[in-house]
Amino acid sequence: MTTVEQALGAGAHPSGVLARPTKTTGAFSWFTPVDHKRSGILYGATALVFFIIAGLEALLIRMQLVGPDQTVLSAKVYNQMFTMHGTTMVFLVGMPMAVAFGNYFLPLMIGARDVAFPRINMLGYWVFLFGGIFMYSSFLWSSAPDGGWFGYAPLTSQPLSSGSLPGYGPDFWTVGLIFMGIGSVTSALNFIVTTLNMRAPGMTLLKMPVFVWMIFVIAFLTLFAMPPVTAALIQVYMDRNFGTHFFNADLANGIGSDPLLYQHLFWLFGHPEVYILILPGMGIVSEILPVFSRKPLFGARVVVFSGIAIGFVGWGVWAHHMYATGLGPAALTGVGVATMAIGVPTGVKIFNWLGTVWGGAVRLKTPMLFSLGFIAMFTLGGLSGVMHSIVPSNSQQTDTYFIVAHFHYVLFGGLIFAFFGGFYYWWPKMFGHFLDERLGKINFWLMLIGFNMTFGPMHLVGLRGMPRRTYTYGEGFGWETLNQIETVGGFIIALSALVFVVNIAVSAKKRELAGDDPWDGRTLEWSIPSPPPVYNFATIPEVHSFDDFWHQKYTEDDEGRLVKLPRGASAADTHAEEHAEHIHLPSPSFWPFVLALGLPIMGYGFVFKAWWVLGLGVFVLMFGLTAWAIEPHTAEEDH
Amino acid sequence: MSTAVVAAGGGHVEAAGAHAHAETNTGISHVKLAMWAFLSSECLFFGAFISTYLIYRGRDRAALESAGIADGDLEKIFDIPFTSSTSFVLLMSSLTMVLALAAIQRADHRGTRIWLAATAVFGLVFIAAQVYEFTNFYREGIRLQTGLFGPTFYVMTGLHGAHVTVGIFWLLQLLYRSLQGQLGPEHAEAVEVAGLYWHVVDIVWIVIFTVIYLVPYS
Repeated sequence: MTTVEQALGAGAHPSGVLARPTKTTGAFSWFTPVDHKRSGILYGATALVFFIIAGLEALLIRMQLVGPDQTVLSAKVYNQMFTMHGTTMVFLVGMPMAVAFGNYFLPLMIGARDVAFPRINMLGYWVFLFGGIFMYSSFLWSSAPDGGWFGYAPLTSQPLSSGSLPGYGPDFWTVGLIFMGIGSVTSALNFIVTTLNMRAPGMTLLKMPVFVWMIFVIAFLTLFAMPPVTAALIQVYMDRNFGTHFFNADLANGIGSDPLLYQHLFWLFGHPEVYILILPGMGIVSEILPVFSRKPLFGARVVVFSGIAIGFVGWGVWAHHMYATGLGPAALTGVGVATMAIGVPTGVKIFNWLGTVWGGAVRLKTPMLFSLGFIAMFTLGGLSGVMHSIVPSNSQQTDTYFIVAHFHYVLFGGLIFAFFGGFYYWWPKMFGHFLDERLGKINFWLMLIGFNMTFGPMHLVGLRGMPRRTYTYGEGFGWETLNQIETVGGFIIALSALVFVVNIAVSAKKRELAGDDPWDGRTLEWSIPSPPPVYNFATIPEVHSFDDFWHQKYTEDDEGRLVKLPRGASAADTHAEEHAEHIHLPSPSFWPFVLALGLPIMGYGFVFKAWWVLGLGVFVLMFGLTAWAIEPHTAEEDH
Repeated sequence: MSTAVVAAGGGHVEAAGAHAHAETNTGISHVKLAMWAFLSSECLFFGAFISTYLIYRGRDRAALESAGIADGDLEKIFDIPFTSSTSFVLLMSSLTMVLALAAIQRADHRGTRIWLAATAVFGLVFIAAQVYEFTNFYREGIRLQTGLFGPTFYVMTGLHGAHVTVGIFWLLQLLYRSLQGQLGPEHAEAVEVAGLYWHVVDIVWIVIFTVIYLVPYS
């Protein structure tokens, strides 16, 4: 502790333990940032690490399935791999990466200097990081979760003594997910309030960029989707550890509990979750396509309203994950119709994107390639999704590799392609230099080829009956060749990810400077220096229209041709430094870190039923909370 | 430099009274807006447990009977006059919460402290009654593992009790700040936001009370 205080200088905290951190540079300052841009980079870097871990798990799965009767993984380890791959990709990659982009760019795009709750924002990050480490620490007890990312009860809810899932896997899974839910809800609150309250003058809701809108929509989805699954996870935990019967029916003793309830509670979260994952990707692509087509987003408002429609209808389709459970014709019809209906706003968006590119002055830079890849791959996944809405067809395909193919086309071909597009698009803004274009193109083509080799054949093996979540298969079903192709494809994806990592290093070394507005952008983040100063905007912009920054740069002549406006009239950047002195920014704090540290400690207490550990965790949490509450908002010496 | 751009807003766990006057697009402060959004999330959380209770209601007849609780016994174990009284105490705590807010808004520090303390005490009475009721039910043979009533009842009301407990700590923290002279009328919103939480926890109890004690089990 003393080294901490020495490192950070004086600044007494009422609790007398940790001084308020004052440094804003150096390695240590990354533990206490309140700058939304730093939180965003932390979120993104952590999610990228988890992306690589999840990718390695997927490679192990592909190694096991490369031929019939392989023994690379045992059945149990195979179950752990597909469970952790799914859980990681959803909770530790998809959601936090969206939060990373949202954190960094949402305030910049609405002309704000900060987010509404910088410290609660950091709390969300620490909870996410510690939750991820907590869940992965289960490997130390050879108890990685192995009940699937959906963790169906009563498989996961059987008491430890029953031996249905030996080890502490389901406990790490339930407790870890509850924590990550807390983290997601905090960031959702932050996004909602920031979007509603902190827009620059003139930035009405419909003048907000589409990416901001999509983050805004998923914040509400997160807020409403997390509670049902949290309730279900608590119930599973109680069943497993305290002998309750929420999902463990015991008909001999007259206890008629219903495992279907778990599925309802889970998918009431799980399906909106799919939209929580894909809408940010749609938002990113909706930013990239207009810039690289030099045309406004075709029907921008329709894109926004389609996103909102998806957000609403997304609540009425969860039971299409449960067609095989015998819900009855009335329920299946309703859910099936709703599922087909949700294809409409999605299709509308696809046509809007095509309409944006159509007739534009298209520049095929890497971000554009990934965005076009997104449209094509996501459309394929969407089409097989519409197939799934048809009940009889779904009943044939359910639990086969056809489903695996479908959701990888929407989530990898959709979301991950969009994320990579976002990296290449916004990297110059975040770090001031371009990512290498040539490596970027190699990155894209390897990913496109590898992706289609991996997941394309899964449609075929699925239709030929190969079941998912099964650790091996016998000879002679006609699955061997296709599985070999898939495994080769998986390694090509890995190679593509490796090229990206190399690109980060090579580009950082080369430092090809980008300038403020390298792509001739349309939204406000391009109007400020790269990387942005800590206060973002020296002068808060006044917004007059959708794509406001574009309209500051260009106007149209009588025939609708673009005319560049002379620049400089509105440039207040020269006075940035003197303004910066007076900009009020929140002060950093340690306490979110301390508070979040309590959660994994509590987690071990819950998993091992070691109540003193739980008590210790509660103490750390309460200590962090109390110290945070009595810490003044801003350091006195600032003023 | 317009005041609309003051970017601090909050981050403080519950009280950002100091920034209550910062302009926002909606005219509602960050903290209050976040609390409203959070409470909407809480509704779904309790909604899931209430739904579980309602769906499972009466599906454990035989299990309850083998635990010595025959059809109709449950209604006898419920002490509705007692629970109604403690529910009334909890509802009155909403009134005292409003009085505490009214007091701080007119800078009546004595009133603020009295009503904050009264709210916390009423909450404590409710928790004490819940402890008494749990003990009583346990003696009557309703364990956490008994049928489906046991788990659904104890987990749902237990989580509600935990929310009330968090509220009590929050009120005590406000009371402490008031006694330290650090809770002036400019911090009225800190009391208001705590009050929002407190009222919603009360409303949730009205629903839970109705479905458990007034709707017949079985």
